[in-house]
Amino acid sequence: MELCDLTAHQIATLVKLQEVSAVEVLESTIKRINLVDGSPGSLDGVNDATQSENIHSFITPTFEQARIQAQIIDEKIRKGEDPGLLAGVPFTVKDIFCVRGTPSTAGSHILANFISPYTATPVDHMMAAGGVMLGKVNLDEFTYGSSNESSAFQPSPRNPWNLSHVPGGSSGGSAAAVAAGEGALSLGTDTAGSIRQPAAFCGVVGVKPTYGRVSRYGLIAFGSSLDCPGPLARNITDAALMMQVISGADPHDATAATTDVPNYLSTVERNIRGMRIGLSPDFLQITYPDPIQGELRKEPINPEIEAALLRVAGRLAELGADIVEEIPMPHTYYGIPAYFVISRVEAASNLHRYDGVKYGFRTPDITSDLHEMYRKSRAQGFGLQPKLRILMGMYVSAAQYSEQYYNRALRIRTLIRKDYEAIFDPQGSYRLDALLAPTTPTTAFPIGDIYGDSVLMQYADQLTVTANHAGVPGVAFPAGFDSKGLPIGAQVLGPDFSEARLLQIGRAYEKVTADEFWRDRKPPILERISWSGME
Amino acid sequence: MSEEINPEMFELLIRLAALELQVEEAEYLRRQLNSQLKVIHELASIPLEDDTCITSHGVPYTPESSPQIRQDINIAYPSPSDIIQQSPDQQDGYIVVPDIPHIDLN
Repeated sequence: MELCDLTAHQIATLVKLQEVSAVEVLESTIKRINLVDGSPGSLDGVNDATQSENIHSFITPTFEQARIQAQIIDEKIRKGEDPGLLAGVPFTVKDIFCVRGTPSTAGSHILANFISPYTATPVDHMMAAGGVMLGKVNLDEFTYGSSNESSAFQPSPRNPWNLSHVPGGSSGGSAAAVAAGEGALSLGTDTAGSIRQPAAFCGVVGVKPTYGRVSRYGLIAFGSSLDCPGPLARNITDAALMMQVISGADPHDATAATTDVPNYLSTVERNIRGMRIGLSPDFLQITYPDPIQGELRKEPINPEIEAALLRVAGRLAELGADIVEEIPMPHTYYGIPAYFVISRVEAASNLHRYDGVKYGFRTPDITSDLHEMYRKSRAQGFGLQPKLRILMGMYVSAAQYSEQYYNRALRIRTLIRKDYEAIFDPQGSYRLDALLAPTTPTTAFPIGDIYGDSVLMQYADQLTVTANHAGVPGVAFPAGFDSKGLPIGAQVLGPDFSEARLLQIGRAYEKVTADEFWRDRKPPILERISWSGME
Repeated sequence: MSEEINPEMFELLIRLAALELQVEEAEYLRRQLNSQLKVIHELASIPLEDDTCITSHGVPYTPESSPQIRQDINIAYPSPSDIIQQSPDQQDGYIVVPDIPHIDLN
């Protein structure tokens, strides 16, 4: 096994024991990146799905800085100093986070030349804990998407399990990188499922923390009431390790909760005997817009995904969990309609700051006045997805419409939140510890299949978005493969600040399925480089 | 609820959003907006009790979970030039922009 394929907790242990050096782990990872990633996304790149044999996770590799970081960690250890929980662990960062001295682009032309003067708190924590940042990875532009195809930096990332399929989004670069051994960890964000969905598509673990569990300072904002930074990793213990590092209060972020951070690592191995884990029929049917008439239709979820979910439930029951069926989550259906309103209002507000004045792209055209400069800078700098969100946000928050759209959506958000409160209420009818659900209505779809249809694309998030409305945490983990060899993901959702419990459930499932044949599968691109003797 | 975003409303939105669009782009965006609006109209189908209040973010903040708001004291940024230099056009520590639209009164 290559060093880059070790788990994060193995790497940290071995580096601290000086059995391997941080530099050796880094060089192994860089070698892997050079073998599988191909050209980083760029503004001049093209996205030809038929041409690529590589993953294209990166926008900005930062290998030279990484080498310096690794050397510092090794030196610390030689001196007997504590290098931190992530000693020598290579990680990538979704390019929606500001990192001092690096391009922080949000996957957009409008920030393509922006070099951040400061570092986001979660990234700061990871580096302070001894993590080694490999660089910035690709994403949907401003996180607007579920496939990574909307990035201004092309080619967009590919799914390591099938390079003609999307990795998911918007943390597509993060999920693809982790799945392909391009760093043991990645920092992503989840606003409607943007960690959990690509995690499911790429066969890795993704955690959407409780809103406010992880600081948003330094996160380029999309939906300020919805955005949650969180980990992507190849296994539950690594996700727990990263949660330990990035969670907690932050004087720079008034929405970062001061609730104590538990010791996730000390509880992750506990058994789940007696836990009440629910299954809801409302998560086993999906809604989609009819391609011809545009009307919304409902149908049962993909039978392979349902079968995988029921297998997960069966294994958890073998471990002593009580599986409670027929849990009502009646407002799940309204998650996407409400999201179309709330997220767009917040996006329109958050994107107003991009005006070509203080930073980022300014139109090179000669303009007659400031307003024309604003219009041309924004028109030339933003792609279609940001424009779509700005326009819809302006419409549904306009004075004459805000009561029927924005205000109503926020009241429906209350109902969605109440669905979760009811099922997790310790005095209520269901008293659940967690809700088990599929992560996505489909497995990873082919590149180009639905890009351009903004409604169909948004419905890829229908099983994840209600957790963002409600603020509750969710952990997505691999649950097998479909008949085409694409990963299937399951998720567990829980009450506020119950990440420790959810990680415990994920870890229990991991252990009981450790010997199942599907656990030995590797992404075909890794099989390819292995056969060729390139590693 | 309004049925769709007509061309006149769309033009107003473009002005309010401080954008300018190519023709093909505008057609695509208006089409997508109206497709999304059909979905948004599903929100009208659910009855809401009068006492259902808004939720502006899912997790309720309590005194125990909320940080103390810091004092409103001005703290100078250590390196203002780092910030000013981000601007596409600066001069002598100032950000340079085109003039605002105005009419000269004679």
